[in-house]
Amino acid sequence: MSEKIIEVSELQKSYKENHVLKGVSFTIRKGSIFALLGSNGAGKTTVVKILSTLLKSDGGSAAINGFDVTTNGGNVRKCISLTGQFVAVDEVLTGRENLNLIGQLKHLPNIKNTVNKWLAFSGLEDVANRKVSTYSGGMRRRLDIAMSLMGNPDVLFLDEPTTGLDPQNRIAMWDLVKELVKKGTTVFLTTQYLEEAEYLADNIAILHDGKIIAEGTPKYLKEIMPERGVRLNFDSEIKADIAIKLLTENGISADSIEQNLPSLEDVFLTLIDEKKESNQHEKI
Amino acid sequence: MKKSDTNIFFDAWVMFKRCLIISLRNPEALLMAAITPFCLMLLFGTVFGGITDIGDFDYIDFIVPGIILQSIGQASQHSAMNVTTDMTKGIIDRFRCMSISKSAVLIGHTGAGVMRGVISTAIIILTALILGFRPQAGFVDWLLVIALLLLINITVTLIAVLCGMISKSVEGSSGLLFPLFILPLISSGFAPVDTMPSGIRWFAAIQPMTPIIDSLRALTLDLPFGNSLWLALAWCVVLSIVSFTVSVRTYNRKIS
Repeated sequence: MSEKIIEVSELQKSYKENHVLKGVSFTIRKGSIFALLGSNGAGKTTVVKILSTLLKSDGGSAAINGFDVTTNGGNVRKCISLTGQFVAVDEVLTGRENLNLIGQLKHLPNIKNTVNKWLAFSGLEDVANRKVSTYSGGMRRRLDIAMSLMGNPDVLFLDEPTTGLDPQNRIAMWDLVKELVKKGTTVFLTTQYLEEAEYLADNIAILHDGKIIAEGTPKYLKEIMPERGVRLNFDSEIKADIAIKLLTENGISADSIEQNLPSLEDVFLTLIDEKKESNQHEKI
Repeated sequence: MKKSDTNIFFDAWVMFKRCLIISLRNPEALLMAAITPFCLMLLFGTVFGGITDIGDFDYIDFIVPGIILQSIGQASQHSAMNVTTDMTKGIIDRFRCMSISKSAVLIGHTGAGVMRGVISTAIIILTALILGFRPQAGFVDWLLVIALLLLINITVTLIAVLCGMISKSVEGSSGLLFPLFILPLISSGFAPVDTMPSGIRWFAAIQPMTPIIDSLRALTLDLPFGNSLWLALAWCVVLSIVSFTVSVRTYNRKIS
């Protein structure tokens, strides 16, 4: 159907006595979102570093667009971009200078317009000429992403992109990833948040103890787990009461009944939205 | 849309501009780079200069080369610190997984470092001239002096870049450069070597600062320079090549 853009086979890496990767294999389809799940220290970042040519593997092979990452790193670097766990921006330069620097290094044509486009994209036009050291965490992250996206790489590596972001920025990041994939970019994502992988990924691989212990679509992964019962949701307490009555009358008892409280995240986002709306009303 | 072949000159030029902006954005460092050589020259030229003259020379004529080397060493600290700052921050991983030539980052830092060093050198020479430094050099000698000073600046900056490269912390990187501040003092820079106790005299005679300082002195004061110029050139070229090679290797290997 669609061609493979990343092929990894039996990848191995040890730091001294510590075998981090003990034969990791997976393939990624062009234009899909792939999520590598794993707890802290599982080796997710090591995989990303090997694929982005920052680190040499001890064994196995990995290829991007058909180019081997060890023997043909130069060609691999031309088609990838990395947004690491730590924001990779130059704090002494302004946002505009940062984008300009990357634009020049990528030899992009018409740099001035391109830079303006990416400033607008990351919502940093107002602070474009301020030093990055004055930026907030979210602004730095957005600049960081924009720097990675300049020149439209075929493959974008996002290593725990939402760690340390507030819920709003996290959702903005999710939207962005979805948007990118529509344009044909392949996204390789690592995360320790399960809901992030579930929401975004076409394919998920779970890395544990140096090996991929499960791989597939979110739906498939859920199906291979044993049944966990059925959950019913009602939009009002009255309806729920009636349902429970009906169930007990028919001799069926529920194992547990709990009220659906809004999560703190819902509260936070709702409050912020209301605030935004009322602010806009005041302006009018 | 995709870039053509890796162009080392263009990449290095872009990196050089970046390093220059970083230098300009650090007012304290700029001020230090300008004031330190001025103060050193003033101190040695006036305070100590009154104590003695050496042989047939005014003390100020004698010490200008030594002070130049010391302040180039001082100025190079910033290169070391800037390199370590880069290497310990995320930005270096961005550069390393982009399609740019491996040595561009290092060449950029070296270029900016040489600029700073040349400015300090110029400040020293101007201050010295005001204080009574009277060089006897002819036109060709001056050209040689300028070329030699440039080479010294490149060498010292490359050493500083290497120190920045192998150091794990920004503070540590300038510490590694300590020998560069001390060596001019244990050389022919501030006192003739034959006035020193025998152990130190032996060291002063074989270390690189002595032929470099002797050459500069011979050129500016129109003295015979024997083989010191060749020795100086050899030291500079060898140190530069070694520093640059080791830096590039470290850069390629370094895993942050």
